[in-house]
Amino acid sequence: MRKKVIFPGVALPAALLLPQLLITGIFFFWPAGQAVWSSFLREDAFGLSREFVWFENFAAVLTDPNYLTVVRNTAVFSLSVSVLAMGVALFLAVQADKAIRGATAFKTLLIWPYAVAPAVAAVLWLFLFHPQIGIFGRMLNGAGIAWDYKINGGQAMTLVIVAAAWKQVSYNFIFFLAGLQSIPRNVLEAAAIDGARPVRRFWTIVFPLISPTTFFLLVVNLVYAFFDTFGVIHALTQGGPGLATTTLIYKVYVDGVQNLNFGASAAQSVILMLLVIVMTGLQFRFIERRVHY
Amino acid sequence: MGGKDAHAAAAGRRRLRGLILAYAALGLGVLVFAFPIWMTLVGSTHDVGTLGRGDVPLWFGPHGPENYALAWSTGGLGTRNTFAVPASAMLINSALMALLIAAGKIAISLLSAYAVVFFAFPGRMLAFWLIFITLMLPVEVRIIPTFEVMVDLALTNSMAGLTVPLMASATATLLFRQFFLTIPDEYVEAAKMDGAGPLRFFRDVALPLSVTNIAALFVILFIYGWNQYLWPLLMVNDRSLETIVVGLTKMIGTGDAQNEWNTIMATAMLALLPPVLVVVLMQRWFIRGLTETEK
Amino acid sequence: MASLEIQGVAKSFGATPVLHGIDLAVADGEMVVIVGASGCGKSTLLRIVAGLEAPSAGRVLIDGRDVTPLEPADRDIAMVFQTYALYPHMSVFDNMAYGLRIRGLPRAEIAERVREAAALLSLDGLLERKPRQLSGGQRQRVAMGRAIVRHPKLFLFDEPLSNLDAKLRVQMRAEIRRLQRRLGVTSLFVTHDQVEAMTLGDRLVVMHEGRAAQVGTPMEVWSKPADTYVATFIGSPAMNLLPATLAEGGHAARLACGAVWPLADGPRPGGEGRAVTIGIRPEHLRPDGSAGLPLAIDLAEPLGSETVLHGRLADGTPLTARLAGGVPPGALALVPEPGALHVFDRETGLRLEPA
Repeated sequence: MRKKVIFPGVALPAALLLPQLLITGIFFFWPAGQAVWSSFLREDAFGLSREFVWFENFAAVLTDPNYLTVVRNTAVFSLSVSVLAMGVALFLAVQADKAIRGATAFKTLLIWPYAVAPAVAAVLWLFLFHPQIGIFGRMLNGAGIAWDYKINGGQAMTLVIVAAAWKQVSYNFIFFLAGLQSIPRNVLEAAAIDGARPVRRFWTIVFPLISPTTFFLLVVNLVYAFFDTFGVIHALTQGGPGLATTTLIYKVYVDGVQNLNFGASAAQSVILMLLVIVMTGLQFRFIERRVHY
Repeated sequence: MGGKDAHAAAAGRRRLRGLILAYAALGLGVLVFAFPIWMTLVGSTHDVGTLGRGDVPLWFGPHGPENYALAWSTGGLGTRNTFAVPASAMLINSALMALLIAAGKIAISLLSAYAVVFFAFPGRMLAFWLIFITLMLPVEVRIIPTFEVMVDLALTNSMAGLTVPLMASATATLLFRQFFLTIPDEYVEAAKMDGAGPLRFFRDVALPLSVTNIAALFVILFIYGWNQYLWPLLMVNDRSLETIVVGLTKMIGTGDAQNEWNTIMATAMLALLPPVLVVVLMQRWFIRGLTETEK
Repeated sequence: MASLEIQGVAKSFGATPVLHGIDLAVADGEMVVIVGASGCGKSTLLRIVAGLEAPSAGRVLIDGRDVTPLEPADRDIAMVFQTYALYPHMSVFDNMAYGLRIRGLPRAEIAERVREAAALLSLDGLLERKPRQLSGGQRQRVAMGRAIVRHPKLFLFDEPLSNLDAKLRVQMRAEIRRLQRRLGVTSLFVTHDQVEAMTLGDRLVVMHEGRAAQVGTPMEVWSKPADTYVATFIGSPAMNLLPATLAEGGHAARLACGAVWPLADGPRPGGEGRAVTIGIRPEHLRPDGSAGLPLAIDLAEPLGSETVLHGRLADGTPLTARLAGGVPPGALALVPEPGALHVFDRETGLRLEPA
């Protein structure tokens, strides 16, 4: 798409584009290219020698049982976060859509968690569930449940999921509410007159009509769970205990920064890159295809 | 008569039930979302002994001012971490970083969007797609090589290093491009007839029209910048440049030494207050910014 | 098939009253049109009958049964909305079948009813399309089809023709009328267009500021409007209203400009000098060189078979006249047709009948 009426000249637009292209080139394409290149190399920890090893890094990564554990963790984590955050948000949005008095106040009160950094959210939940000083941590231990997420992998995963989802509900809430409010009231009234009770109306009319929003949010939530939750994991469990809460992005960090295994880290980055391209590609397909009623 | 009354009562009850459910659910939701903050806020007003013992308070204590003062000025007594950083310094770092990223992103994206929309030159679409592709890859995915580039450019441990790489945002460019496309052709024609060149048109027409979009985007980007975690973690080990979000997590040790929970909680409150305030005060722009950038 | 009774229905939104005690009885198979300007409360009344709003007072009875506390789903009614309100994600067939499926009708019967309605409304061939693939007129017919298949006790129409272009509106108007007569379903039709009201209704309810100003057949409402509002609302161009006082013991009216017009159908009560408003429709004025009121013409609108003249009487009172043929040359003087005068009380605007 282009405007019909434009300004002449080539030098000026080139100059205007320069800052963004420069930054994109230096800090995006160059490192991305480096990552791809590195993924085909094996380097020793001191960077003294490097060897071109074709797909060996990828093979090593993909056959590493730890990596498969991490893949499973990521799948469990991201699906749980997405479903939890979206389910709660949809439920709250439906209630807020009922045009009750004070709806705007509720809206404000439910939106602000978006502003909290994932890492800070993790810290807040740490306070609640710390086995010694957290109100719920102590409650659980007091009730006879051995609660210590530092040693119990399942508990760690649960905590991390809750902390990550907690933050994301606001974002989903905003979009779901907008989606619900874009459904013409008359259509719901027609359904009521046709004999549909509220629950049936929701599943046969409302839910199908917000499906573009739902798909869009699913992709966004998955991407969030894949990447933006690094801070949550790092602040709360550092990927532990063991590998219990290590996700793909966390492993990239661990391998690259802590273990200095650049080849493996780069290979993982490339795999992640491909995954994201597929996910964002899907997202744009859906946005383009967003059904216009 | 009895049947009618039963019907009336049933319909009335149904409506009431629906409303009660709405209020209950929303009220519960608000509580669930406020509770972690509440506990942290309350915790930040008690002394370290109370907290360390596991005496979890539900209401405020008397030590608030001194905890915050301590966090603000020194970052803790240093009983555990010998590298305590004052929250005041960290807040300034975070604020600076967030403002620079937001302002930088907006400025650069405005220029790029303007170039792509209001001109025609060979390579225009190529440039656009190059920018567009950056949407596909968040910084976390290319973190290690990008870090290496920073090392090569000697930009680690610098505010420039923290902010500049995050300034090339495709979402902002897309948003402005979309907006510029809606500026009617007649405006450009009228400007040309008045003798205005592209720069003047930008300054006098395109920019003023974009103000609401800029405000909306600013809220989102400020929060984005403030909440950055992985990038500052890698880029900075000079503690004087520590941002508060990263600094907060470093205060929590995993070892046996006692954590200064009171100071940590105070710092946590300080870490989340500015972005939350921005969202609450600029709520309308914020929502607009979210829904616009995802189109 | 059912009768409808509206008893004392009133509605206030907060402190603002919107409906003031409406009473209406609609016979089985009758089509009653509720007509009025926007804001008069007609849509609110319809929505109360539908069950989409609850009245602040009063009852609604369908077929003798008090439905006031019932949800719309339980009232066995069907409604056609101004925006058609079709389900965007369903095909035409599914749109029409939706209500029937909820009621648990067998597949075969649903299919039969839908095809029957589709044939009636010339929708065959469109059954698999989605609403966004239909034109405005087609969508309107689907909305009607959705109402018809339900075989409801009551049809409710909320300004269904307002979103159509003029030509389509006229066409659909006739179709709706034919359909309603054929199916014999009791119907309430809301519109702001008085032409629609006159052509569609067995009876009209003219609403004004939350009250029923008049209920009657189209001809009754046109020939004997109950007050000045109804008088100027029905009929186009609008009836002329001229301030006057009773003269000759109530047998005539003296206009402000001095002319005296006799009241051919009888004297009005109140005696000499009572302040009244005289109503005369533009089409009931005739040129009469000798005895007529002189009219200074401001604007002449030639419509071919007739001409509409906007002008002023000697004392500045505006007057509109509709004369057959073209504009008569020279100065124009008008007299009313005998017996075509309406008399209203000046203060209340209510119609005054012969004593």
